[in-house]
Amino acid sequence: MESNGRSLVEKSLIARGISRRDFFKYCALVAGTLALPTSYGLRVAEALEKKSERLPVIWLELQDCAGCSESFTRAAKPSAADVVLDLISLNYHETLMATAGTQAEKLREDTIKVGGYLVIVEGAIPSSEGDIYCTIGGKTAEQILHDTVKNAVAVVSVGSCSSFGGLPKTYPNPTGAKRVMDLVKDKPILNLPGCPVNAVNITATLVHFLTFGKLPAIDDKLHRPLFAYGSLIHNNCPRRGHFNRGKFVREWGDEGHKKGWCLYKMGCKGPVTFSNCPLVKWNDSVSWPIGSGHGCIGCTEPDFWDHPLYLPVKIQEVSPPAFYPAVGVETEKPIDATSVAVTGAIAGAILGAVGAAAVTKNRHSKDGNGQSSGES
Amino acid sequence: MAQRVVVDPITRIEGHFRIEAEMDDNNVIRRAYSSGTMVRGIEIIMRDRDPRDAWAIAQRTCGVCTTVHSFASIRAVEDALDIRIPRNANLIRNIMIAQQFIHDHVMHFYHLHALDWVDVVAALKADPKETSRVARSLSSWPKTSPAYFASIQNKVKEIVASGQLTIFADGYWGHPAYKLPPEIDLLAVVHYLEALDAQRDFVKIHTVFGGKNPHPNFLVGGVPFPIDLTSDKALNADTLAIIQDAIEKMHTFVYQVYLPDLLAIAPYYKEYTKLGEGLGNFLSWGEFPVDDIRNVDSYLVPRGAILNRDLSTIHAVDPRDMGQVQEFVKHSWYDYTVGDDVGLHPWEGETDLHYTGPKPPYEHLDIKEKYSWLKSPRWEGHPMEVGPLARMLILYASGNTQAKALVERTLKTLDAPVEALFSTLGRTAARGLESAIYVNAMRGWYNDLIENIKTGDYTIVNTEKWEPTTWPTHAKGVGTTEAPRGSLGHWAVIDNGKITNYQQVVPTTWNASPEDQKGQGGAYERSLERTKIAIPDQPLEILRTIHSFDPCMACAVHMVDANHKTLGTTTVMPSIVVQLFSKANRPTKPILTIGDFQRK
Ligand code: SF4
Repeated sequence: MESNGRSLVEKSLIARGISRRDFFKYCALVAGTLALPTSYGLRVAEALEKKSERLPVIWLELQDCAGCSESFTRAAKPSAADVVLDLISLNYHETLMATAGTQAEKLREDTIKVGGYLVIVEGAIPSSEGDIYCTIGGKTAEQILHDTVKNAVAVVSVGSCSSFGGLPKTYPNPTGAKRVMDLVKDKPILNLPGCPVNAVNITATLVHFLTFGKLPAIDDKLHRPLFAYGSLIHNNCPRRGHFNRGKFVREWGDEGHKKGWCLYKMGCKGPVTFSNCPLVKWNDSVSWPIGSGHGCIGCTEPDFWDHPLYLPVKIQEVSPPAFYPAVGVETEKPIDATSVAVTGAIAGAILGAVGAAAVTKNRHSKDGNGQSSGES
Repeated sequence: MAQRVVVDPITRIEGHFRIEAEMDDNNVIRRAYSSGTMVRGIEIIMRDRDPRDAWAIAQRTCGVCTTVHSFASIRAVEDALDIRIPRNANLIRNIMIAQQFIHDHVMHFYHLHALDWVDVVAALKADPKETSRVARSLSSWPKTSPAYFASIQNKVKEIVASGQLTIFADGYWGHPAYKLPPEIDLLAVVHYLEALDAQRDFVKIHTVFGGKNPHPNFLVGGVPFPIDLTSDKALNADTLAIIQDAIEKMHTFVYQVYLPDLLAIAPYYKEYTKLGEGLGNFLSWGEFPVDDIRNVDSYLVPRGAILNRDLSTIHAVDPRDMGQVQEFVKHSWYDYTVGDDVGLHPWEGETDLHYTGPKPPYEHLDIKEKYSWLKSPRWEGHPMEVGPLARMLILYASGNTQAKALVERTLKTLDAPVEALFSTLGRTAARGLESAIYVNAMRGWYNDLIENIKTGDYTIVNTEKWEPTTWPTHAKGVGTTEAPRGSLGHWAVIDNGKITNYQQVVPTTWNASPEDQKGQGGAYERSLERTKIAIPDQPLEILRTIHSFDPCMACAVHMVDANHKTLGTTTVMPSIVVQLFSKANRPTKPILTIGDFQRK
């Protein structure tokens, strides 16, 4: 669509008062989020400018709260409008689409027929009692998911519900909720957990896909992209210095709380949670949970809901020095200010694996339901 | 013969929702049936948890009105444990709740509702110069040059020409029920995009106080973000500036874009002042306490009920009164031990899930039997409407001067009588008008917060009852709030430090409920009656009225017990209130800065 020598993207940006320079800036920023050198910004810009057809996308909302869709609308660089008008053709999205009913369902079916589209899934998939806990257009969520991914190039789960089952799957999982990975076996799947997912990670993933023609690198267990979930919050937390020196908030509103000391003793899950929150922050980088005085609740980890919010997690040592226990081994070692607590070189579900077991065990010891993730 | 139109999914709402409407030979709806088609089971997940954690789980009931369930939850726990929150915390909560209102209403109007009235494709026929002229006549909002409108129009042209219409694909464009001149279509399309950008700044209030949005963090007993003007890790001059900036941006947007657009569009759809009424019964829990939620008389939005359009009487309502609220399951997929003809007060409620609908995939629901995952809450036996219209009517009926001025101004613009409020358009207008009231009030709370901080009061939380050892072995409480979509209540029972029963009665359950045992339909069902559908397979008219309620199905259907056990449920109501402008609620600027509002 190169008319008048200008690309679709460029014209659209100009129409909305965004200069070419700003466009390059945002491309560099996305490159940064993707943990690529800023020089890749140029490559991103070139790729986006060359697109004459927008990538068709079907966004399914299943057992969801629409929080991830809302989060997507908070995207800044590129914004949700940039994405929807310039980068992709969002052919189906219940909350945003103009049309409804049969016409809406037909749009989904037509997109499937043509193929070559990306599927984004928000929400878990219920699967007990004949799947009647979530129907759309008279069809079950599971059937819709299967039909929709049929000709897809890849599937991106946004939020913890589609990635890991999230809140619906929390003990006692009343509706038998499942995650996308339980049901879709023959497509590349990328999980962007978070409750909700941070918009920055959706747009970066889309831009990566458009630039390089493939999904970003993921870890093989939980399928989370390394650029966003490659390191522990605790390892990038500005309060880490306080942690190391044993300066903890001990009561809400105390001096330490006012001065921004470590929230570990107030239940912060940063030591067991993989996310780029401290680096990209939220809503135009205005703040992020720990920055606003509340501990991390661990929302990017499987089964995080089974951890009481204000109970400190057990710290485990996963890498050097050599005399520390091996990966995933729970220790009773009390936290001590000088210990090098956790190094997050390995992307795995520490919270789901060990911490959750500690908590859920006493809460729901009778059955295996709602126990830690099967991942670990 | 009676033809049944089915709209499923109803899009541009939160969640999964279906309408089946029976029409007569002239395509006029005789009877409509609304069905919520998704459940998750949040109340049962809540059981056995630490009450201090409940807000986070409750919050995930809905990602659109992302804070309201947290507030209802925190208030329920604070009520049960008798925790009084500090002044700063109350002011910050008021600001956060009001931010939610403005954000939600602006997004609802532009992104969920506008396309029912605005023909995106017709905007291509507009003369950008004329759009510019119209825009300048409406408001002093700066982005109004002909070149600006032309450039966006070209952008839309290209999208249409590309054949990839993205979210605008297959809208009912060209439908005869679209009545706007193309110039106003274009204006609205441009503001659709601007609103999408503007809302990002609104939510920064939640980000500062709660770390992120959607789903910011909260704290039982107060708020989690400390205050210390000398610390860079607390609420200080810098972070306060972000709050003030966001409030001012909201104020400008509401007065210079939202209200003028509303009043520019409404006159073309005056037939919708006579359609879509629904019940004529309205309920509000009330919101925005001056200091303490227990001081119901101090609320900015009063608590009360209106019956049969009678604005002369505001009935007292009390959420603790076991006699006032009952939920029925005659047409809901639940079983009651007492049978289907008896209602249960929520505290004695049962949630025994029992799907008896058709096996999917299905064409039609069996509307003679059970047909929804929503229960039917009733107040003293009456189905009630909750939401912006209920609040505006109760504000208006109780003599709120801002509300009166705004309503009268609107009716004058529409050249319509007060009865016009009881309609689809009245509901849509009420949403804009109450935004104006709250955005003014936010300035007041912000100033009060500054004043209070200046006195050296940095207290953000009351921690006396933080430790479970300080709690009674048995306690129960109720927390109410007004969500953008209407009245919300959570009821919590706490035994030995754990939640043993947790119930939510949410706005969309009131509004979208199926018929009860007396055959009384809910507000959605009743509001569709008498509406003529011009083109049955393009039921634009249904969308208009249903969207005017701003449905939120994730909120509405949240109760499941997979083991078919009994869960308690909920209830309703307190007293009537007239006192509106206590000090903290009073805007600091003149109340009616209608300013740009319809500037001629
Ligand atoms: S425990 Fe939490 S607040 Fe403390 S350093 Fe780690 S991530 Fe930061």
